[in-house]
Amino acid sequence: MAENGIGASVRRKEDNRFLTGKGNYTDDINVVGQTYAYFVRSPYAHAILNSIDTSAASASDGVVAVLTGDDLAEDGIAPLICGVNVTSDDGEPHRAPLHPALAQGKVNYVGDHVAVVIAESLAQAKDAAEKVSIDYEVLPAVASTATAAEENQQQIHDIAPNNMCYNWPFGDKAAVDAVFETAHKISTLDLINNRMVTNPMEPRAAAGEYNSGTEEITLHVTTQNPHVHRLILSAFNQLAPEHKLRVVGPDVGGGFGVKIFVYAEELVVGWACRKLNRPVKWTSDRTEAFLADAHGRDHVATAEMALDDQGKFLAMRVNTTANLGAYLSTFSTMVPSYLYAFLLAGQYTTPLIYSEVKAVFTNTAPVDAARGAGRPEATYLLERLVDVCAEDMGLDPAEIRRRNFIPVDAFPYQTPVVQCYDSGDYPAALEKALQLADYDGFTGRAEEAKSRGMLRGIGLSSYVEACGIAPSAAVGQLGAGVGLWESAQVRFNPTGNVQVFTGTHSHGQGHETTFAQLVTEQLGVPIENIEVIHGDTAKTQFGMGTYGSRSLAVGGVAIAKACEKLIEKGKKIAAHALEAAEGDIEFVDGDFTVAGTDKAMNIAEVAFNAYVPHSYPEGLEPGFDENAFFDPLNFSFPAGTHVCEVEVDPETGEVEIVKYSAVDDFGKLINPMIVEGQVHGGIVHGVGQALLEGCQYDDDGQLITASYMDYAMPRADNVPSFDVDYAPTNPPHNPLGVKGCGEAGAIGAPPAVINAISNALGVKHIDMPATPEAVWRAAQSAA
Amino acid sequence: MYNFSYQKVSSVADAVEAMQKSEDGKFVAGGQTMLPTMKHRLASPSDLIDLAGVGELVGISVDGETVTIGAMTSHAAVAASSEVQAAIPALAKLAGNIGDPAVRNRGTIGGSIANNDPAADYPAAVIALGATVTTNKRDISGDEFFIGMFETALAEDEVIVSVSFPKAGTAAYMKFENPASRYAIVGVFLVKFIDGVRVGVTGATACAHRGMRLEEALNKTFTADVIDSVELPIEKMNADIHASAEYRAHLVKVMTKRAVEACA
Amino acid sequence: MQTISMNINGVSVSGEVEDRTLLVQFLRENLRLTGTHVGCDTSQCGACVVHVDGVSVKSCTILAVQSDGCEVVTIEGLATGSHLHPMQQAFKDNHGLQCGFCTPGMVMSAIDIVNRNGCDVDEATVRKELEGNICRCTGYHNIVKSVQAGAKNMGG
Repeated sequence: MAENGIGASVRRKEDNRFLTGKGNYTDDINVVGQTYAYFVRSPYAHAILNSIDTSAASASDGVVAVLTGDDLAEDGIAPLICGVNVTSDDGEPHRAPLHPALAQGKVNYVGDHVAVVIAESLAQAKDAAEKVSIDYEVLPAVASTATAAEENQQQIHDIAPNNMCYNWPFGDKAAVDAVFETAHKISTLDLINNRMVTNPMEPRAAAGEYNSGTEEITLHVTTQNPHVHRLILSAFNQLAPEHKLRVVGPDVGGGFGVKIFVYAEELVVGWACRKLNRPVKWTSDRTEAFLADAHGRDHVATAEMALDDQGKFLAMRVNTTANLGAYLSTFSTMVPSYLYAFLLAGQYTTPLIYSEVKAVFTNTAPVDAARGAGRPEATYLLERLVDVCAEDMGLDPAEIRRRNFIPVDAFPYQTPVVQCYDSGDYPAALEKALQLADYDGFTGRAEEAKSRGMLRGIGLSSYVEACGIAPSAAVGQLGAGVGLWESAQVRFNPTGNVQVFTGTHSHGQGHETTFAQLVTEQLGVPIENIEVIHGDTAKTQFGMGTYGSRSLAVGGVAIAKACEKLIEKGKKIAAHALEAAEGDIEFVDGDFTVAGTDKAMNIAEVAFNAYVPHSYPEGLEPGFDENAFFDPLNFSFPAGTHVCEVEVDPETGEVEIVKYSAVDDFGKLINPMIVEGQVHGGIVHGVGQALLEGCQYDDDGQLITASYMDYAMPRADNVPSFDVDYAPTNPPHNPLGVKGCGEAGAIGAPPAVINAISNALGVKHIDMPATPEAVWRAAQSAA
Repeated sequence: MYNFSYQKVSSVADAVEAMQKSEDGKFVAGGQTMLPTMKHRLASPSDLIDLAGVGELVGISVDGETVTIGAMTSHAAVAASSEVQAAIPALAKLAGNIGDPAVRNRGTIGGSIANNDPAADYPAAVIALGATVTTNKRDISGDEFFIGMFETALAEDEVIVSVSFPKAGTAAYMKFENPASRYAIVGVFLVKFIDGVRVGVTGATACAHRGMRLEEALNKTFTADVIDSVELPIEKMNADIHASAEYRAHLVKVMTKRAVEACA
Repeated sequence: MQTISMNINGVSVSGEVEDRTLLVQFLRENLRLTGTHVGCDTSQCGACVVHVDGVSVKSCTILAVQSDGCEVVTIEGLATGSHLHPMQQAFKDNHGLQCGFCTPGMVMSAIDIVNRNGCDVDEATVRKELEGNICRCTGYHNIVKSVQAGAKNMGG
């Protein structure tokens, strides 16, 4: 292993700039002549826009322009799109209402964009925004997921009768129903997967600049995928041709999915900077983020499991209503369908699964992918249902899992819901997690707690997820409008240092370090001589960005392949320089050597030679710079068991997580320090969903939880330190043997926490977030 | 934030004069509530008169049986004061759990009680301890200071100079925090004086108040158990997404019991 | 408009600001000290924490004019040349940051915690004292570790 190579917990290369205040986030960018945008947003959830009078605002101090949906339409800027088709059970594509970046005739949620004010200062823009006079004709609002598709409901979009986006059944219903009719036992569970606001700490922002000389727009934006932004803004929104649009995702302060999507504000900023020929900057404040960032989750579901007398799962039936909000965000349709139903097998051999997903429109912010995206919803439903099954069968939750696990020798394992799992050893992770959690000692701890009047509970969650998104062929078949390969370029400079260009984007994951470790391992170049560059369409050739825990499993492999090409090229150059046959050149630890001799050239010397090709023969191409694309053959399937132990104060309903143990299979770890950090963060994201975070709209579609005063974010004193370990397996289709780790915690934690609370209280179920009052009420009813 | 005219004054007299001259002025103490409110354009004073430069409003003194805290004394200073810790430890503890450390460095006792947020901590202590609020005009008893939600006995141009707390026999403050804002969903400040018990309750209703029914029960028997039989008026309790009226009423009793246990 | 002056990171600066200008806006926009961040509008997230006259303050909840004449230290003022402050070094050593956005406020609050609680500050105290700083990335585990390690480092 190279020093600082694969497996080393290298301290992060990016940290110095973040620790000294030298990060470069979108809002940190300031240019001469910059103006500030502020959006006038609908205060109503559902209303007809009778008129907009911008005259007073336009005359306000410092105002450069006030623009509306009419201006946007006049300039031929097209509406926002949803890039994944889901075919409804009537054979028609999902219903996709028009989603203009500035409202045209109607507003459909509180926070919907009505106009933009652009002024010399932000304060002036805000002052003027209050002077935009809008005549709204308020309509009844649809705010509830469960009832949105009822027949007597207010219609939101003409194109979508009964507020239905799609109804998507999957599986053999008749076969599943038949099993249920003869099953030994049927366990059922109704649950809600609570709506979350993703809340990366850096609010979204966009800064656009237009060069009238080159006719190029440069858009700095808080994005997880600059090239995807450029493609959509060009090909669909008609902002500018791809070669005249540069999208830069500079340092980005957390994403968790919410910065994947192309938003109205970004399109408007890009358009306005050219229209006004002035740089325009927009930065969301937190209240706007609550109102208009895409939200996550929001399912209402019923799950049923048919069991035999040994507690074996025979068939599962799931009925889900998923709220997509007022419009379709960029990838929204795939979240409650492909990313959800295809994970319902979990770690188990359940042979038959039938799922029906009804996706509905409501007068709420659009809902799209958020850390885990579909997989947390599937896992929560399944892992809660498994605990209900255990209770119904009188089995220990660990035992019922053991009885149903996919056996180690069954991999690759074809599930009944499309996915073919790569590798896994689920029993190993479970047993290790139980040991880490001292599962056997729980009874004693529960008794001790009882003597203090406290209720202890322990809960398991054995999750599997599909990440490393994704084989292009697979997503193409499913209706995605893009391929999900990744690209890399590894460039030696003549002086021997290396620039690595990746199409993924780091917004906290530490790619600048992890990817440099891959390169130092493979090429033997000291890590300090390697720079990883990402996030700029003008620098990186192409890319699909970072989400779905894909960066290492897909993007890392592309880098490795580019490195392989360099080694091959280097052999040719070394053979020439060392006057040997190419077949005799070996490459070890950064040196090209002639086999059986002491003749050698370091890769840095080869690089120099490649750029100073004074005596190259015909056919030997100068330069030492290779690129590669990688399209994975399968998803990767991280899995693991998390164990949560809680103590509940029955008097107040407060829940304390006293111990949390996680054992995960992420395949090979490149930087264990970074991986562990991802696990911690994911767990707390999941704990937040389980205990604290619940986005709520009232019946009029007003967002009640519109700030941190009402939306509870997990803080340091809400959680303990964690016990994290691994039970790795080797995914055979991934050339690096890696899986993906960024979402696992958020997927594994919610059911572990709720299972623990249900266990402590002795109740069948409690919905998330398990707030003190909810827990107190459950404790009352149990007692 | 709307624009306004900022003035820093160095005496109470100057502050009052500035207020009288202003169209729609506001005093600002630590600003930890006022500035966020103004940022959201929910308040638009014409003038902001900053009391931070008024030296006479800062400081803690203990005189015989009374602890006097200048209105502009920060929560951090009260929490860290060895004098307050010795005289009324529950008060120091209360101050040390308002907001977060950075907020405590700016927020002041005068600002807190003048604002009278229904979920603020200090009002419970002022009421329970029977403190006296001294202004530039008069002394106001703790029982008469808090009128209603965000409403106090203060006149527009009245400046709180200090708050005087009698040294209590035994006191305890029990707070059940809102998981989001960390304000009190319910806070109970209980004082066991030689001649009886006083209970100040915050967070539960529109305005901090004395828990008369709790006091009555505890004055008969000072045990936690006696609280179980107290009937609280649920219809007067606040209700929001974080806690229903019924749950708040329940929490008032639980926090009171815990305060009793802490004082026992 | 008012003219204000203060000492920031050891340097005397002055500038003209609207009365409604927040300290964080003065730092970021007038002085281009963009290390101090804004993550919320309700004074809760702590991304904007700086030290004013030696104590932690949320620079989004203090006016620039209120800081007139004060000594202000921001994240940019901690390191000496390329030599990180012991707390910065502890965050790096213990992977106490991921996206880096909350980090400046975390580090400034961490130093304040050590100033008030000493170099042997325990985990429970650190967790409680970080109440005013929100991080979405790290799950706090490594931040808490960093603060405790940084505390020891600060003690020499």
